Amino acid sequence: MSFSTRVIWKEFSHSKIGIAGIVILVILFSMSAIAFVTIPLDSFKTWNDPTSWLQYPKSAQPAWVNYFQSEKIPEHLILKPASMSQQIGSVYFLTDSFVFNYNYDGFPSDFIYQYTVQYSGSPLLQMSVTRPDGVEIQIISTSMPFASSTVTYSSMIFSTQDVIAKNIASAKNKYAFSLDGISSEKIIFSKLDQNQILKGQYVFRVHLYDVSEKPVLVKSNLVLGGKVYGIMGTDELRRDLSVGLLWGTPLALFIGITVSIGSVVLGLVYGVYAGYKGRATDEVLMRFNDVIYAMPALPLLIILAVTIGNSIFLMVGFLVVFGWVGIAKVSRSMALQIKTLQYVETAKLMGQKDYKIIFKHILPQLLPYAFASIAISVPAAITTEAGLSFLGLGDPSFPTWGQILHDASSYSAAARGMWWWILPPGIMIAVTGLAFVFMGQAMDGIINPKLRH
Amino acid sequence: MGFKKFLAKRAITMFGVLMATLLVTIILVGSNMDSISKQSAALEIRQQVTNNKSLLSSFKTTEQLDSYIANQIKQRITALGLDQPWYSPQRIGLSMYKILTLDFGHAKFLTSDSGSSDVRDIILEKLPRTILLFTTATAIVSVLGIFLGTVAASKVNSKLDKITSGFAIISSSFPVWWIGVLMIFVFAFLYPIFPARATPDLSVTDPGYWGSLLYHMALPLITLVIIGFGSWAYLVRNFLVGVLQEDFITAKRAVGIDEKRILYSHALKNAAPPIVTILALSLSGSLGGAIITEAVFDWPGMGRLYFEAISVLDLPVIIGATYVLTAFFLVSVFVADVLYGYFDPRVRRE
Repeated sequence: MSFSTRVIWKEFSHSKIGIAGIVILVILFSMSAIAFVTIPLDSFKTWNDPTSWLQYPKSAQPAWVNYFQSEKIPEHLILKPASMSQQIGSVYFLTDSFVFNYNYDGFPSDFIYQYTVQYSGSPLLQMSVTRPDGVEIQIISTSMPFASSTVTYSSMIFSTQDVIAKNIASAKNKYAFSLDGISSEKIIFSKLDQNQILKGQYVFRVHLYDVSEKPVLVKSNLVLGGKVYGIMGTDELRRDLSVGLLWGTPLALFIGITVSIGSVVLGLVYGVYAGYKGRATDEVLMRFNDVIYAMPALPLLIILAVTIGNSIFLMVGFLVVFGWVGIAKVSRSMALQIKTLQYVETAKLMGQKDYKIIFKHILPQLLPYAFASIAISVPAAITTEAGLSFLGLGDPSFPTWGQILHDASSYSAAARGMWWWILPPGIMIAVTGLAFVFMGQAMDGIINPKLRH
Repeated sequence: MGFKKFLAKRAITMFGVLMATLLVTIILVGSNMDSISKQSAALEIRQQVTNNKSLLSSFKTTEQLDSYIANQIKQRITALGLDQPWYSPQRIGLSMYKILTLDFGHAKFLTSDSGSSDVRDIILEKLPRTILLFTTATAIVSVLGIFLGTVAASKVNSKLDKITSGFAIISSSFPVWWIGVLMIFVFAFLYPIFPARATPDLSVTDPGYWGSLLYHMALPLITLVIIGFGSWAYLVRNFLVGVLQEDFITAKRAVGIDEKRILYSHALKNAAPPIVTILALSLSGSLGGAIITEAVFDWPGMGRLYFEAISVLDLPVIIGATYVLTAFFLVSVFVADVLYGYFDPRVRRE
């Protein structure tokens, strides 16, 4: 019955699946660290705010699908500029250039230029593109509204604007085909002899001229519409799924580990106390345990979430309420055995207090079992929370993998073949669960050597 | 302790659990339920007054009418006992008594397929479908699992044994409903073999109804079996491996009884109590999980009813469905306990 930590670790390190579990867990923890470092929590909290995802594409597949395809699907590009400014006489020039290689087998669906500029007076904004074949096309020329003092002005230029079509039409004699009825992006990115995609390096330039004061481009983004984006793609609400999946990792680990530690500690203390005290105390405590044990957890969890609240911390509490009972039963029967051991009886005879006997002599004996139970009860906590979130009862301010799947199912992702929206969250749930199951299995093998044969 | 006393004790505990669950549910939804019943009483009075033309014309001013209506509502609320706070012992006792006698009242929004809004009718319509799906699944899973587990236990550490254990561990970490979504994606849309919605499209009176029901049941059934049989086989294997190490098996081997016979008749018989218990427990477990599974497959049973009731907050249905689900859950837990006590007398003596 007695184990030392060293022996356990030695046995554990010989178990292949135990090590596999630890490796997966380390990867998950590093993913959480990456999430904390690269994606600030504030920006993650805008997950459910549609306005913060405007520049992302709708329902785009992950960009790497292009590796498996002979025809490259246009990628959605969100480009940052290289800035340059100069002063000639009294005129200030500001140039933002966007350089990119366009090697896809299709036209971009559109392009949008988003900008925020600080100026006074009435600066002029010009946008032009230099194509791989050297042809330069003027796209737009527009002036900002006049301001006598310094103002900040935000606006967007859309490829669908009529004025762009008119400007491009002035280059129509360069093209060998008629430009009537063809949208702007299909002209800009087209070969001259026929309306086909022209691959190569494009340079979009945005010039800002002002005489009175040097203008500042606070924000300047060129978005090229495409059908694939990022590592994990985007969903129907234009959200970058990699952000959600990455942030789901610490949330799932938090829920799983807190719930299992909470349940195991509660169950251990409860069970050991009942077993140690015996008689009427034991009877009453165990009948109460029976009552909770036989309650249907999921319906009650749903009612609790609907009536009391669905904050993530409350959820953890609810899961603990239903999680401790099995552990209490087992630890009670273990305590029944341990309390008959001689050293415990001696301690009792010597007049040691009950809580001291429980915490110093009985609980340490149960630690290996406790660790195995913690590992084994993590997956259930994670899947239960995911299930509740999948039903739409999760905490909306902390979107979890279950909620990503909830959104996927409410936009009928399965029917529309959006595998990149369905597969990754489920795999993440399962892999996280597996890490703990592996570790639990390894520890179980150490505690119950009988099963190893 | 005799078996009868053991039975009685378990039965009393189970009844206690049923009451406790009911009490918790009523307390949780009580205040909402209270305002809903008050509103519906007020609405009823208002309708009665507006429909009664002669009564309506006897009022001279709108103030008179309003005070009359307010008075009537007050009287009705007192008559219904709604004037006391919802947490008063009488009202909780009354609601518990009503639910115990299966009087769940009328649903707020949901109706049964035949159009009745009586919660009892709705539940009676959905319950058989849930029982059909989940008992069939449990039956298939247990047969498959016992067979595979026995084979794995007879060849411990063989390739088959390792595959079974590996499959069990991996399949148990995937949420059933997620596998369900995948199955729908693959077998209803990518390769349209099965319907995506499990609700049969024929009416109950149609002669092809049962065929259609079974066809629509196939996908959820296959999913439940795929997810379930691995862990079953694993459990059966572990029990059997434990039994096979007992002395009496070694003795039988020494006597020269054929290994197959030892496995199938002696070892399996001794591993029966835990296996039977798990059979009953897994049935109750799957009933609890039915809410999500049925929501995914759109299977028109208790689980989906529960889900729909939650999404529109139809409290009478929620209370009724919780009660029935709990009752079924408890019956299977009770059966598991009793079977275990019957097979393994040590439990009774505890």
